[in-house]
This record gives sequence, structure tokens and C-alpha cells, in this order.
Amino acid sequence: MIQCEVTIKNRAGLHTRPAALLVKLAAKYKAEFFIEKDGIEINGKSIIGVMTLAAEQGSKLLLRFSGEGEEEACQALVDLFGRGFDEK
Amino acid sequence: MKTESPHNEETVLKGIPASPGIAIGPVFVFLRHAPVIEERSILTEEVERELGRLEQAIARSHKELRKILEFAEKKLGEDKVKIFEAQLMFLEDAVLFDAIYARIRSELKNPEFVVHDEIGKYHRIMLASKDEYTRERANDVEDVRNRILRNLQEQRAISRLEGSSVIVSQNLTASDTVILSRNEVLGYATDLGGITSHTALLSRALKIPAVVGLKTISHTARDAERVVLDGYSGVVVLSPTEETVKRYEAKRASYHEFEARLTGLRDLPAETLDHHRVELSVNVEFEQELEFIKLQGADGIGLYRSEYLIVGKEVFPSEEEQFNQYKLLAETMYPKRVIIRTFDIGGDKMMAESAKENNPFLGWRGIRVMLDKPDLFLEQLRAILRASARKNVALMFPMISNLKEVRRARKLLDEAKHQLRKEGIPYDSRIKVGVMVEVPSAAVIAEDLAEEVDFLSIGTNDLIQYLLAVDRGNDVVSSLYQEFNPAVVRFLRRIIDRGKKKGVWVGMCGEMAGDPLATILLLGLGLDEFSVVPNMLPEIKKIIRGVKYSEAQKIARHVLKMKTEDEIKAHLKSMMKKKFPDIPIG
Repeated sequence: MIQCEVTIKNRAGLHTRPAALLVKLAAKYKAEFFIEKDGIEINGKSIIGVMTLAAEQGSKLLLRFSGEGEEEACQALVDLFGRGFDEK
Repeated sequence: MKTESPHNEETVLKGIPASPGIAIGPVFVFLRHAPVIEERSILTEEVERELGRLEQAIARSHKELRKILEFAEKKLGEDKVKIFEAQLMFLEDAVLFDAIYARIRSELKNPEFVVHDEIGKYHRIMLASKDEYTRERANDVEDVRNRILRNLQEQRAISRLEGSSVIVSQNLTASDTVILSRNEVLGYATDLGGITSHTALLSRALKIPAVVGLKTISHTARDAERVVLDGYSGVVVLSPTEETVKRYEAKRASYHEFEARLTGLRDLPAETLDHHRVELSVNVEFEQELEFIKLQGADGIGLYRSEYLIVGKEVFPSEEEQFNQYKLLAETMYPKRVIIRTFDIGGDKMMAESAKENNPFLGWRGIRVMLDKPDLFLEQLRAILRASARKNVALMFPMISNLKEVRRARKLLDEAKHQLRKEGIPYDSRIKVGVMVEVPSAAVIAEDLAEEVDFLSIGTNDLIQYLLAVDRGNDVVSSLYQEFNPAVVRFLRRIIDRGKKKGVWVGMCGEMAGDPLATILLLGLGLDEFSVVPNMLPEIKKIIRGVKYSEAQKIARHVLKMKTEDEIKAHLKSMMKKKFPDIPIG
């Protein structure tokens, strides 16, 4: 299992569109993926779960991956956060 | 519950006007029962059948939502369609439904119970969120859950109505509003909701008259009872007398007639019989109104409420997004002027951050918010400046209560200009800057404000509320909210006089500017610009074109001597009746 912390850079935070991008990207990997924020943990492949986090700009999230391809999955998702979900 | 005989006494309800137009017709009470869910154990051999039932319900829900989405795409803008896209995504959440299927297998419970319980967990968290956007999404989650549950119980959605009717409901979801509109819906009336609710936004886009925030209408109204709904004023009359119906039919006809006569009036200036010219412009919230405004021949946009860019959005609009909107306004109206008011948020309006204040109208709102958020403010100022390149854009600041705020805001404006200059982006370096006069302290120092800006625009709604210490949303005291209170009239004169003496023009963009009863008085007080709701423009223009300025001044002088609102109103009413018998007065 690997885990890493990310900070939300984009303005929208994890609202519908970024949440959809996140879930779609996570689905490409076999590794299990969980997100933790303020003690709440949700499945990162569930859009409804991601949206309950109400993660705004500036919030810190803990991403946890385990299983096949965890390294690649982690890399890809951290990258997505880093790019601010390609928000204009 | 419909066994009682309809009450035949006329009942007048007052709500929030959400979408303009007048509807007269029978009531259709649209009830949305919260589904009744029983917890039931199932046998192991029933599991597959139950799972199949759930799968079918999901598939049917999917089909329904697709249909709504398709219909919405045709009828509404792209923005509004997002609501339904989000709902579809929830419905396609494999993690969520895998968990539901697994629970049905392991707990041996009926799908209704598990769906209700499992989605309920998310719903509760979202509802409790501090983030307003997330709380709104909770409604969408609930809407999806109820859709699945309804399909599980094999009930049909009510989407077909017999004949045409006015829909009365406690609250309408986005999908209700859209789906019902496939029928001949004359109007919408709801207990809940504000000007930014789904019902309000969508009914405007659908061009169906609507009144929201009526509190109890879904209990009071009976099916098939006759109703009059006035989306201009927010009045709804249940079981109206023949006389009331006639009055509203006349009002409706007069609007239609005015629309027909618009072409005649459109190209004529707002000028008195003795050639005193004033500017007659309109207040705008949505870009969808632009076509209509052009038809009416307004002199410009006197107030663009930029905060409506935030309504229904998940994020604060970026500079680029704002620029596109402001540019659209400026280009559509060119060469006429567009006055953009910087975000007037806080108070009762949106924004997730706005923690509950005990007294929001005296709290963190308008310019106070934006000065505390210089980064966001700078972006907005840059966007406005960029849209001003063709020199027909002006801007104004809301809720100014002292000079320091004006100076700080102007300093940020200078910084925005400086940035653009450095980046080589074109803008109007002499863009006109004004302030709203809506706080009594600003009115008192109008002459000082006028020395530092190019124009003053009086916001009567707040000014009257603050001056008379009356919350007009409070039914107990709302009758004390008086546009024609002598204190208000004298205060207005003071602002107009002081401003003009310092050489700036003085306008008004509050509701009073669009009240036909006030037009001659305001004209006589020397108001230079009237910015009114688009629907009122023809009437106001007709009045202005029908009097002499000298006469209006005489009337204003006379009114300034009066000591009670009753006296002033009676005087203005009798004068209007004589001069303009065909203009309806509220």
C-alpha cells in the first residue's frame, strides 16, 4: 500500500466536473483507491463518495492505493491534482 | 384530502416574483410524497428476483433521466443541463450500486430499504456540509434516490396533466419543473424557494410565469380551484372574484398591448414635452433578457447584477468567464452603455463561505466582502476593464457606506489598469466609475462621494429599508416600508441635489425607478437616469413623454411640502388618474 497527501489547487474544489475526472481516471487502474479527509474515508472510485467530501480549494486529502498498479495509479492521480484538474 | 369544498373566498398571497407574466387558470396541486419505505427480510431464493427488480428500476430511472436531459438540452441553456448530468453520474456510480447489491445479498433485506439506507448515508453527510454547493447537490442525490424508489414501487412519474393549469407545489425539483413544462403549464407557484431556486431559474428560461416563496400555498390551494398568478409582482390570488380576474386580464392585456405598441415607442427618446431628456435604461440579471431589451429600445443597461453569474454555479467565475459575459453585454448593447455593478454578495445571497449572520443586511455584504477578497475583486475589475475596450462600459460599487471604501476600491481598479497596461491588453482608461447610494450614511455624504466618482445610482430597495428601519420581507412590519414616506422623498431630493451640484449625474436603479406612480415625482426632483425592470420600460417612457419637465418640478415641490405618505400617494394617484387613465397603478 502507498499513500500520499495532496492539496486541492483548483478553485472549484472537488465539485462535479473535477470529481468526475478523478473517478474516471481512478477507474483505469486495478488498485483499490481511498481518499481520506478530516477523518472521513471514501472510495475514490465513487462519484457520490467523492462529492460528499465537499473538498474545497486549499483542502488537504490523503490518497491511499493498494494492489496491482498502485504506483502508477498514485502517480497519475497526484498529477491530476497537480494540474488543478486542467481547470481553465 | 380533496373532499372539502373549495373555499370560495378570495385569498391573496404574496410571494417572490420569480418569472414574469400573468397566468389565470385552474390549480393543479403537485404533491411529492416522500416515499414510504418498509424494511422487509427476503428469503435466499428471492435474492436474484429482488436484484433483478432493482436492476430494472435503475434502468428505468436511467431512461427517465436521459429523456429529461435530452428535453432540457433542447429547451434550456447548457448551464442548466448540468444539474441532470450530475444526477446521471450518481446513477452510474458502480461503487455505490455494488455496495447496495452486496448488502441485499448479505443482509437479505428488500432493495427499497437498502437503497434508501445506503444512499441516505451520503445524503445526510452532504446535507450537513458547510459547503453550500454540496448541500445543493444533496437535493440532487435525494432526487435520484426517490426516482429509483418510485421505479422500484413501479409508480409512474406524474408528467402528463389534463388540460392547462397552474402548478402548485411545496417545492419543485429541477426535473419536475422541466418535465411538467412539456404540458401546457400556465404558471408555477411554490411554498419554498427564492429568486435563485431551481424553479425560478428554470421557469425564467422556459418563459413560464412563476411565483416562489409563498410559504403555505400548497396547503391552501385546492385542485381545480381558480387562481391568478402575477409573476411581475409576486401576488397570487386563490378563488379570485370576477372583478379580480377582470383586473388581471386587463393587466395582462395592457402588457400585450404595450408590447404591440413598443415598436412605435421604441425608437423615441425618453424626453418630456418641453424637451428635457433623461436616460431610460434597464436592470439586467441574465443574458437571456438581452433580446427582449433590444426590442424595447432601452438607452442602455443601468444595472447589470454581476452576482447572478454566481447563481447556480459551482465555482466563483474565472476572469475569463466573467470577461466573456461582460463582453457579450457590451457588444450586444453597443454603442449604448452598460453599467456593471461589482458582485453584491453576502447578505441573503449565496456563497458557500457566508456563515450565518444574525443580521445579514447589516453584515458582511457588497463592497465589504470584495474589499476583504482583493484577489477575487481584482479579477472582476480586470474582466470589466477588458470588456470596456470599446468605451461603452461603466462600473459601480454596491453598499458603499463611507469614502474610504470608495478610495480602496478605486485603488484596486488602478492596480487592475496598471496590470493590463503592462500586459498590453486594451481597456478604456477613462472608464466611468460610480457608486450605489443605498446606505443612509452614503446619502448623507453624497456630495463627498460625488467628488470622487463620475455618477451616483440610488438603490431604493435597501435605502428605504435602512432609512425606515423596516425589513420588507417581514410581514409584520412590511406595511411600514413606504416608497412615498416624506423622509424618503426628502432624502432622495438631497442625494440628487448634492450630486448634481458637484457635476455628476444621478440615477436610480431600485424598484422605485420602475414604479409609474413615482415617475413624475422623480423626474421633477431632477433624476437624470431611470434604470427599470425591462417590463416596465414602455410605461415609464410613456409617462415621461407625456408631461412637461416644468410641471413635474412643480409637482415635486408641492410633494416635498407634504407630511404623510398617505397625502403624497393620494396626490400622485389622482394626478396620474387624470393624466394617464390607461396606466395601471399598483
